[in-house]
Amino acid sequence: MLNLHLVIPEILLAVSASLLLGFGVSKTKNRAPIVRLAAIVILLVYAVLGYALGSQDGEAFKGALVADSFARYIKFFIGVAAAAGLLLAGNYLEREKLDHYEFSVLTLYAVLGMSIMVASNNLLSLYIGVEMQSLALYIMAAFNRDSLRASEAGLKYFVLGALSSGLLLYGISLIYGFTGTLNFEQIAISINETGLTLGVVGGLVFLLCGLAFKISAAPFHMWTPDVYEGSPTPVTGFFAAAPKFAAIALIARLVMGPFGDITDQWQQVIIVLAAMSMFIGAIGALRQTNIKRLMAYSSIANMGFALVPLAAGTVAGIRGMLVFMTIYIITVIGIFACILQMRIRDGMVEKIGDLSGIAKTNRGMAIAMTIFMLSLMGIPPLLGFFGKLFAFLPAVQADLIWLVVLALIASVIGAFYYLRIIKTMWFDESEHEFIVPVRALSLTSAISAFLLIGLVLVPFIAKSGQNWIAIAASSLS
Amino acid sequence: MLVTLSFYLLAFVAISSALMVVMSRNPVHSVMFLIVTFFSAAGLFLLMGAEFLALLLVMVYVGAVAVLFLFVVMMLDVDFVELKQGFLQYLPFGFVLAVILLAEMVMVGAAYFFGESEKLAIYNDEKSNLERIGEVLYTDYAFFFEAAGLVLLIALIGAVVLTLRTREGVRKQDAHTQISRTRDEAIEMVDLPSGEGVG
Repeated sequence: MLNLHLVIPEILLAVSASLLLGFGVSKTKNRAPIVRLAAIVILLVYAVLGYALGSQDGEAFKGALVADSFARYIKFFIGVAAAAGLLLAGNYLEREKLDHYEFSVLTLYAVLGMSIMVASNNLLSLYIGVEMQSLALYIMAAFNRDSLRASEAGLKYFVLGALSSGLLLYGISLIYGFTGTLNFEQIAISINETGLTLGVVGGLVFLLCGLAFKISAAPFHMWTPDVYEGSPTPVTGFFAAAPKFAAIALIARLVMGPFGDITDQWQQVIIVLAAMSMFIGAIGALRQTNIKRLMAYSSIANMGFALVPLAAGTVAGIRGMLVFMTIYIITVIGIFACILQMRIRDGMVEKIGDLSGIAKTNRGMAIAMTIFMLSLMGIPPLLGFFGKLFAFLPAVQADLIWLVVLALIASVIGAFYYLRIIKTMWFDESEHEFIVPVRALSLTSAISAFLLIGLVLVPFIAKSGQNWIAIAASSLS
Repeated sequence: MLVTLSFYLLAFVAISSALMVVMSRNPVHSVMFLIVTFFSAAGLFLLMGAEFLALLLVMVYVGAVAVLFLFVVMMLDVDFVELKQGFLQYLPFGFVLAVILLAEMVMVGAAYFFGESEKLAIYNDEKSNLERIGEVLYTDYAFFFEAAGLVLLIALIGAVVLTLRTREGVRKQDAHTQISRTRDEAIEMVDLPSGEGVG
């Protein structure tokens, strides 16, 4: 039972990435812009392909991959986020003389890896998906190979990523040893039959720790600030969006699928990860002066918030996580579109102080950035508020009120540095003016800022969006 | 008889060359002895009927790992005299590790001979285990096989992207331009009046 029609999106990515790799090799012509354009189109097609082909459910490759509405939903946002990332990267890569066509090809392969991750129904395909995604990301982190910082970022990411792969593999081997199978459904059956063994619990913990590295949840967050700061800015923006969504979706599938019957075993792990991430992210960001480092800590904190609804272990929790992550990804793409606009005549700047007074010189960017910051804080009329509402409500229903209280305290601490950016932009004296950004950057930040305000105002879209997410979440139960 | 003889021969070579790996003064010789050890271990696997493992050992360890070691030893200027200076200092630690390893092996051996250990079932049919692995690798596990291939491809792209530098202004032989030279480019016809020379 190959069921190839269920994996057409993945096949599209694999084949087109390999074809583009061959097409890009040219000694005389610079084909990077063409390859990038083609990759953006392919990613957008990939995003909607699962829906366009009639939303069929089932298992492909004898249960190695699964197609359901959960996977389709995540794939849609991964595809769109990666396409946006490539769109934003174009101008930066050209100006920094990094415009190699391999960048787009690696993005495609990374998305293929994420696609395998979210569709995996087998511990082996889980591992291969994680590895494929991470290898492509390591290379992208070190893409600016002449920069000491980027090389350091790539190396750190690689070494710690290899460590996390080790944890992951050890967990997989324990689970395989104690249940005798790699298939998710069979694992659930085996746990039901033989009862809980120490080996399965140990394997589960190792598995969750390995995946926590990928979503940079504390205490596995150490690589995040350095890698975010050192990597080229568009790569950082890409890191912050799609891979996080894929990895947290994988965690959701794992804890709801094979380990759905032993909720109390993994719940404590998720709670510890969530609580530590929220506080380390919030407190670590307080003293940062570099905006990319700040965004790193902010993403650690937000991953903590996203884990709160997962800890509830209910379908409502999955729904809350999906709502929160979707809104977070929209915000983060907008923020990085703004950060990429921070270019003065001499090159890119990335200090928070460089934003001072831009309300006078670059009013549009200042307004967009203010909306993003207010949304990340969770101020009511903006979409970010509803993200947190949907994320914390399932946890309250599951009697995890103290965890929600912790999350609210962390949100208040986090509000300090988001407000500081707003204050710097609007009330400080201007130091220099940013040069006029290319259309793609300002348009992307405008679109995501508009989405954050607009989706709330149009109840029709908000309603159908909720239904969409509810269907996606219910396929995991 | 022959099997027993070859077992003792291979085992003797394996142990003695393993000893030589740590005893020999020249690091290149150490790597060479390591390769000999791998080969004899592969021979031992063959004797046990695990020909796939034997081939894998030769391909992966001799073909890749040992050659990599050789590269490191030959390319990097590692001062082995300095490395060996701390030898006595770490001897107690090494001794403890050796005792633990020995204890483990004794326990495994004791369980095998005296315990009620289950012996592994052996498939007694015509097909070798190479064939058996091949049958599932290209059917049940085809997806994993292909996906792992893509992972390797990504690693390959990474190695090229991060290291390849095209230098400007280097004169290189380009076979294509050499071959595609036409007569018109190479020869210039000059009309010289006779008796006057070029000058």
